[in-house]
Amino acid sequence: MPIEYYIFLCLTLFSIGVIGVLTRRNAIIVFMCVELMLNAVNLLLVAFSKMNYGAARMLSSNTTAGIDAQIFVFFIMVVAAAEVSIGLAIIVMMYRNTHSIDINFLNRLKN
Amino acid sequence: MAFMKILIAFILLWPLAGFLFNGLGRNYWSKKMIAYKATGYIVASFIASIFAFLHVQTNGAVTVHYFDFIHTASLTIPFDFKVDALSSLFLLVITGVGSLIHLYSSAYMQEESAPHYARYFAYLNLFIFSMLLLVLGDNYIIMFMGWEGVGLCSYLLIGYWFSNGNYNYAAKKAFIMNRIGDLGFLLAIFWLIAKLGTVSYSEVLTAESIAKLSTADITGITLLLFVGAMGKSAQIPLFTWLPDAMAGPTPVSALIHAATMVTAGIYMITRSNILFSHSEITQNIVAIIGISTALLAATIAIKQNDIKKVLAYSTVSQLGYMFLGLGVGAYSGAVFHVITHAFFKALLFLGAGSVIHAMHHEQDIRKMGGLKSKLPITHITFLIGCIAIAGMPPFSGFFSKDEILAAAFEKNKIYWVLGLIGAAMTAFYMFRLYATTFLGKFRGSHEQEAHLHESPLAMTLPLIVLAILSALGGAIGIPHIMGGHHWLTGQLSTIVSTPHETSLAVSTEWILMGVSVAIAATSLLIALSRYSKQTDEEPSSAMGKFFYNKWYIDELYQKAIIEPLNEFALFLKEFIEKKMIDGAVNGTGKLVQFSARKVRLIQNGQAGYYILFMVLGIITLFLIWFNDITILRFIHTLFQK
Repeated sequence: MPIEYYIFLCLTLFSIGVIGVLTRRNAIIVFMCVELMLNAVNLLLVAFSKMNYGAARMLSSNTTAGIDAQIFVFFIMVVAAAEVSIGLAIIVMMYRNTHSIDINFLNRLKN
Repeated sequence: MAFMKILIAFILLWPLAGFLFNGLGRNYWSKKMIAYKATGYIVASFIASIFAFLHVQTNGAVTVHYFDFIHTASLTIPFDFKVDALSSLFLLVITGVGSLIHLYSSAYMQEESAPHYARYFAYLNLFIFSMLLLVLGDNYIIMFMGWEGVGLCSYLLIGYWFSNGNYNYAAKKAFIMNRIGDLGFLLAIFWLIAKLGTVSYSEVLTAESIAKLSTADITGITLLLFVGAMGKSAQIPLFTWLPDAMAGPTPVSALIHAATMVTAGIYMITRSNILFSHSEITQNIVAIIGISTALLAATIAIKQNDIKKVLAYSTVSQLGYMFLGLGVGAYSGAVFHVITHAFFKALLFLGAGSVIHAMHHEQDIRKMGGLKSKLPITHITFLIGCIAIAGMPPFSGFFSKDEILAAAFEKNKIYWVLGLIGAAMTAFYMFRLYATTFLGKFRGSHEQEAHLHESPLAMTLPLIVLAILSALGGAIGIPHIMGGHHWLTGQLSTIVSTPHETSLAVSTEWILMGVSVAIAATSLLIALSRYSKQTDEEPSSAMGKFFYNKWYIDELYQKAIIEPLNEFALFLKEFIEKKMIDGAVNGTGKLVQFSARKVRLIQNGQAGYYILFMVLGIITLFLIWFNDITILRFIHTLFQK
């Protein structure tokens, strides 16, 4: 499959994520949109990694080209997991305090 | 040489020590102690000056080097002092008259409280120190230091009674007018440095240096030096500060504003006489300004009724004579007049102080009269002073004034005629003053009459000494035709490059003397007969009013200079400062405040907005980072397949 398809898919996913974060007020949805953006990036990294690996194989049989992108993906997954655990904890605490998960209630620090 | 080094330091440091001790210890010492110390230091300085004078008489001029005041690659200004015929004469006059006036002040200022008494003597000692610095320096920079120092002391002493607002104005006026002159002096020094790279007398005042300077340079430098002299020595147009300076205590007027400081200009020009002799234009300007000042001040003096004001205008007038002498090349004549004037004018001022003291600070001569019998010593000494200044032989003023007039006659007959008119007026106003004050009936209040008393010995002793000097001081310059050998001219022959050789016939000189004495005597007698019975009322004639109001010169300056300057300053303040500079500064502040008020609205606490702006920011950064061509090309390649 040509790389362009991956790029279009990732752009679409990322844009959905961004628009979701910007427009939705439900904290869970916002959170899911953030995850969506992270995964769009992950997908793009893997796609480019495969593309680079394929190109390098033409020249040499034992190449490690593109392996670094895959390592990045693992990092991002770990970070995303850590972020999810903290973020969900925040949402739980927020719900306990305000009985709502509307992020516009989070403007209490204003002024 | 080592002896002179110590001696000169001695002369200078005594007055400085007096200033420091009296100034710092003013709260601790008794008045008696202060007076003894202040006077003692000046007397010590006087004794040292006599030694210096005798040393110069036997060994000639001496220059001593202490250290380099300024030392750079291109300019070296040594801290040198020079004692020669000119400066040793000035030394004697300054410390001699200075000691007498310190002695006089110790009694005159007795009413002051101890701290103020000490402050007065501290200033007076500092003045003597500055004046000695001025005449002893071996270059124009040291002279300038002394020049500024005497200006400062003059300011401090005119404003000595600082609780009186008018006196403070008089002090400020004196200081500002002196500063105008000082600027000229300073520019002349810079000019010398630029052209010659040195300011030492021994290097500037030589034929080689003159050869290096163009005529325009010499004219410019001498004119600027003369501007400095104008300010310090109260010549047109910078003379109006001197009459106002009478706000200070009377001994101060005697010391600073008659005998010493105001003659600094004459000292400076005599010192630089080589330069002045090379510029015909400057010499003419000096002579014209000198004779104009002499006449203008004399006309004003005729109509004044304040005893000190008359003497002040008389001082301005006599200074004008000295400048006339300088202008016509009679340098030693001018110095001669400085010395005799120091004697008789200090005497007259101190005599006036004695009268004011007896009259309980009454200065209006219309309220005096008949003081002859009440103040016998003051009367006799004052009379001697009047005769001396009027130019009656054989008193000192006659010799010095006649020498200047004879030189003026040779140079230009008009100067001589104007000088004669001035001399007639001098005799007139001095004897008007004398007759109104001492003759006739007492016109003051009964209370004043009851308190009239002769001054204590500390005040009469200086009067007597100065009276003797005024009477006999002419002996240092008896002209050749009278069988003298003019000791002073011989003294100054090493200083004055082109000594004034009179070419007049002996008979002409006798005639000139006779004419001037006859004219002065006539106006003297007119004044005596007119004012021994009556006083001047308010002037009624237009001319009388004009002179009485001092030619309206203060008013003219007020209208022509001060008010336009104030207007200009007001314009700068109101328009440039408030509208433009403040406007720009405050405008910047207001702009920031205004935009901040608008921009802060986007920080509204809604997380969604923050994220939106973050995304917009990232997009903007992308657009900046990869310029649009790159992005367009990327999109193009995406859609190509």
